[in-house]
Amino acid sequence: MFGKLSLAAIPYEDPLVMGAVAGSILVGLVILGLITYYRKWTWLWTEWLTSVDHKRIGIMYVVLALVMLLRGFTDAIMMRAQQAIAVGMSHGYLPPDHFNQIFSAHGTIMIIFVAMPFMSGLMNIVVPQQIGARDVAFPYLNSLSFWLTSAGVMLVMVSLGVGDFSKAGWSGYPPLTEMQFSPDSGVDYWLWSLQIAGLGSLLTAVNFIVTILKMRAPGMTLMRMPIFTWNTLCSSILILFSFPVLTASLFLLTLDRYLGMHFFTTSHGGSPMMFVNLFWIWGHPEVYIVILPAFGAFSEVTATFCKKRLFGYVSMVYATAAITVMSFAVWLHHFFTMGAGPNVNLFFGIATMIIAIPTGVKIFNWLFTMYRGRVRLSVPMFWTLGFISTFAVGGMTGVLLAAPPADFVLHNSLFLIAHFHNVLIPGALFGYLAGYAYWFPKAIGFPLNEKWGKRAFWFWLIGFYIAFVPLYILGFMGMPRRLAHYDNPAWQPFLIIAAMGSIILFLGVVCQLIQLIVSIKERQANRDLTGDPWDGRTLEWATASPPAVYNFATIPVVEDLDAFMDMKEKGIAYKRPKAYKDIHMPKNTACGLYNGLQAFFFGFAMIWHIWWLVIASGLAIIATVIARAADDHSHYVVPAAEVESIENERFRRFAAAADQQTN
Amino acid sequence: MSLLWMTALSILILVLATGKTGEDTAVRKLKPFLRMLPLVGAIFTAGCSDMVLLHPKGPIGETERYVILVAFALMLLVVIPVIIMVFWFPWKYRAANTKADYAPKWNFSAKIESVIWLIPLVIVTSLAVLVWSTTYHLDPYKPIASEAKPLRIEAVSLDWKWLFIYPDQNIAVVNQLVFPANVPLHFTITSDTVMTAFFIPQLGSQIYAMPGMQTQLHLLANEPGTFTGQNQQLSGEGYAYMHFQAMAVSPDEFNTWVDTSRTSPDKLDLQRYLKLAEPTNGYPVTTYSAVSPELFRYILGRHRTTETEKPDPMDNKTGTIPMTTAGQEEK
Repeated sequence: MFGKLSLAAIPYEDPLVMGAVAGSILVGLVILGLITYYRKWTWLWTEWLTSVDHKRIGIMYVVLALVMLLRGFTDAIMMRAQQAIAVGMSHGYLPPDHFNQIFSAHGTIMIIFVAMPFMSGLMNIVVPQQIGARDVAFPYLNSLSFWLTSAGVMLVMVSLGVGDFSKAGWSGYPPLTEMQFSPDSGVDYWLWSLQIAGLGSLLTAVNFIVTILKMRAPGMTLMRMPIFTWNTLCSSILILFSFPVLTASLFLLTLDRYLGMHFFTTSHGGSPMMFVNLFWIWGHPEVYIVILPAFGAFSEVTATFCKKRLFGYVSMVYATAAITVMSFAVWLHHFFTMGAGPNVNLFFGIATMIIAIPTGVKIFNWLFTMYRGRVRLSVPMFWTLGFISTFAVGGMTGVLLAAPPADFVLHNSLFLIAHFHNVLIPGALFGYLAGYAYWFPKAIGFPLNEKWGKRAFWFWLIGFYIAFVPLYILGFMGMPRRLAHYDNPAWQPFLIIAAMGSIILFLGVVCQLIQLIVSIKERQANRDLTGDPWDGRTLEWATASPPAVYNFATIPVVEDLDAFMDMKEKGIAYKRPKAYKDIHMPKNTACGLYNGLQAFFFGFAMIWHIWWLVIASGLAIIATVIARAADDHSHYVVPAAEVESIENERFRRFAAAADQQTN
Repeated sequence: MSLLWMTALSILILVLATGKTGEDTAVRKLKPFLRMLPLVGAIFTAGCSDMVLLHPKGPIGETERYVILVAFALMLLVVIPVIIMVFWFPWKYRAANTKADYAPKWNFSAKIESVIWLIPLVIVTSLAVLVWSTTYHLDPYKPIASEAKPLRIEAVSLDWKWLFIYPDQNIAVVNQLVFPANVPLHFTITSDTVMTAFFIPQLGSQIYAMPGMQTQLHLLANEPGTFTGQNQQLSGEGYAYMHFQAMAVSPDEFNTWVDTSRTSPDKLDLQRYLKLAEPTNGYPVTTYSAVSPELFRYILGRHRTTETEKPDPMDNKTGTIPMTTAGQEEK
């Protein structure tokens, strides 16, 4: 009846795990209780869970990412604590099996369930508005993508209390992930959460490529497209080409594990090396997938907060395109030490160095955007400056690792860990946080508190250096990654410093939570009535904050790269049309949510071999998709009169804002 | 020189921390921090000598350190100006400084554009030249030029221990590696478990050990000493405990060690090997006075399925696999 699942799968003898489970359940119950107490279920259902509005979906993605950031962070602090004490006779507080699960979960969560949803969230909130569209091309698909990602998240969270998570690292190299070496459910949780969330990402990419190519406002040629939109397009193209490789390689591993096949086993002709290649053919583009939209956010922030056009826009576009193409030609640098021989290693080593050129150009472009500008040091700009200085170091250590001779001694050491955190934290996360601070007033309607934002920034920046510089040094001291225990006492002081750094980083996270609470408390005084709090340059600032469901009452006509700045200069930014027209908008649907739940049950059933539930949830997914496809009434009309009253209210708020300024 | 400097620093720190120089307020305020300084100093001095990659004991490691340092210096040429600009530009062009130039429409300069494309290009080109020659030079499969005859060692990674077979000496040892200094070592490496990596940081280059396949590595220690060897690739529960001592000794000491090993009562036959291959943690150093001659090939063959399965002729890493000795039974 329940396949492999039995009560034995619940680790109730482990107080650490049970504490985490009890905590998660308690938080969940409190939230459910509050919703019930304030009678918000209907509101939650109609306004959020079943919404196909790209802005709502975007906000839900960001919330999901922030929640998972807390989970991934907890894992990080547990690892740092273990390594700070587990030397010599002391074995720390985590047995190796548990430690291995924690770093596997940390990697999987931070990449797939923090970086990806944060990125998708910002793309969702911003891109349609930036290109002057009313929604994405496929609104229901968008909702489906979000709920598939959530299904993956739910699987990872369930693995905390039911069974184990993978102990084989986030990259899950076979043969360690094969049945012979990992017979428990951990690897299956990893497989299915990645697989389901990956499908969500792939569909998001399809959605955004079509949206960007087909739904731009009149006059917005490709070379007048805002740089964030360009980066989203390139990132989506990368997803489109690389995620199927992940899907296929995970599927082959699934066949190995479930049907006893031999794609990656050590015998019967299987080749574990093949998985490693396939994984990184996805895995390296994945790095650029999460980093390119962040680069886009930095570009927008720099131009806006320097009150100046972005320097070298054309260069920037070509650099992004070059990175997109080249990121498929560097994957082997993740395993120079596999013995492929100097010819192969050289090709990939030099290709990796070449990809640093367009990245370097981007850095200079941001710097020269500041040159002869008027730099306002607001929170998004803080993140940008912190990013440029820190990322330069991360890029440098990256090029170092791209040299096969250097990689031969630094591979799989803590130097490698320090390097990729040094590119992903400033490169991706700082970018998202810059975008979060920058677009928050647009999405929510009031700005984030500056003081707490700056505090968060300083904790993040200083904590980053204290946490990761010791890891660079430990790399030179020969310390491998992923050690649950070590015997070399010389390593310990550095690991203690790194653990302190992770606590400082955590204070940064705490400041961000406080920032959110303070900003919500002070929202009435700080409402953004104009829709344009930063003196923005691109079209998303032409809508109200938060935007009306249709974004634009009339579709804008674009005549310049910085379209909205151009309109403001020409004095036509706030010109009202003679008459409003009816607007067709997509109707809410619960199908995406149902699909997500069904996918969760499907994954859970596959993990525990509950075959009847596999069949039932599989059929339910198909039935839901067919039912949705058969629904011919998926749109509704916002009548011109309603549009007019919404717009009247918006212009009334403009007037109020103007009054406030003059008083 | 650096020793002198560090001694001076430590004395200064000690003096300050004990507060013998006088109790002026600044020192008193700083005292809690100054008390921590000896710890910081200890970390610093410890750090320097323990940076094993910067103190290699063989030619491979030395060349690798050279590549790291040269590449590092080359990249600083671009990183330092970036870091200067990232402080200088926002300061100079801060919004409050209305005297600074302001060109809100300025967004292109052919001169700057060509420089920002050219500088990274030049640096990457010079790096590529450096990497080109050293990558061929440091090919782990390439023998090290030396007058001494290379010592052949077959390394096998097991759960969770290392087995080293000396085919020419007909001895084997678990979790310890003994070899003469100044003699090239030729490792042939495989795994009888999951993928692992064989690495002695102070000698240089690591390489993966993979079941059913063999990789090769050439190393040389140019002075006697004891180094840590380790697995550098996650391999399951006992991964963290999979390290061993690699001892470079004089040729006489090596010969003595070989002779002593030959008197060991244990012989590594197939039965003992299969027992050894079972997962264990912290396996004690064990020497074997004799080894089944085809053991290494047998280990490779364990991951080949049928006797008819031929190794891919294009795959020069796998060698000739089908073996004739006993113990072909499938696990």
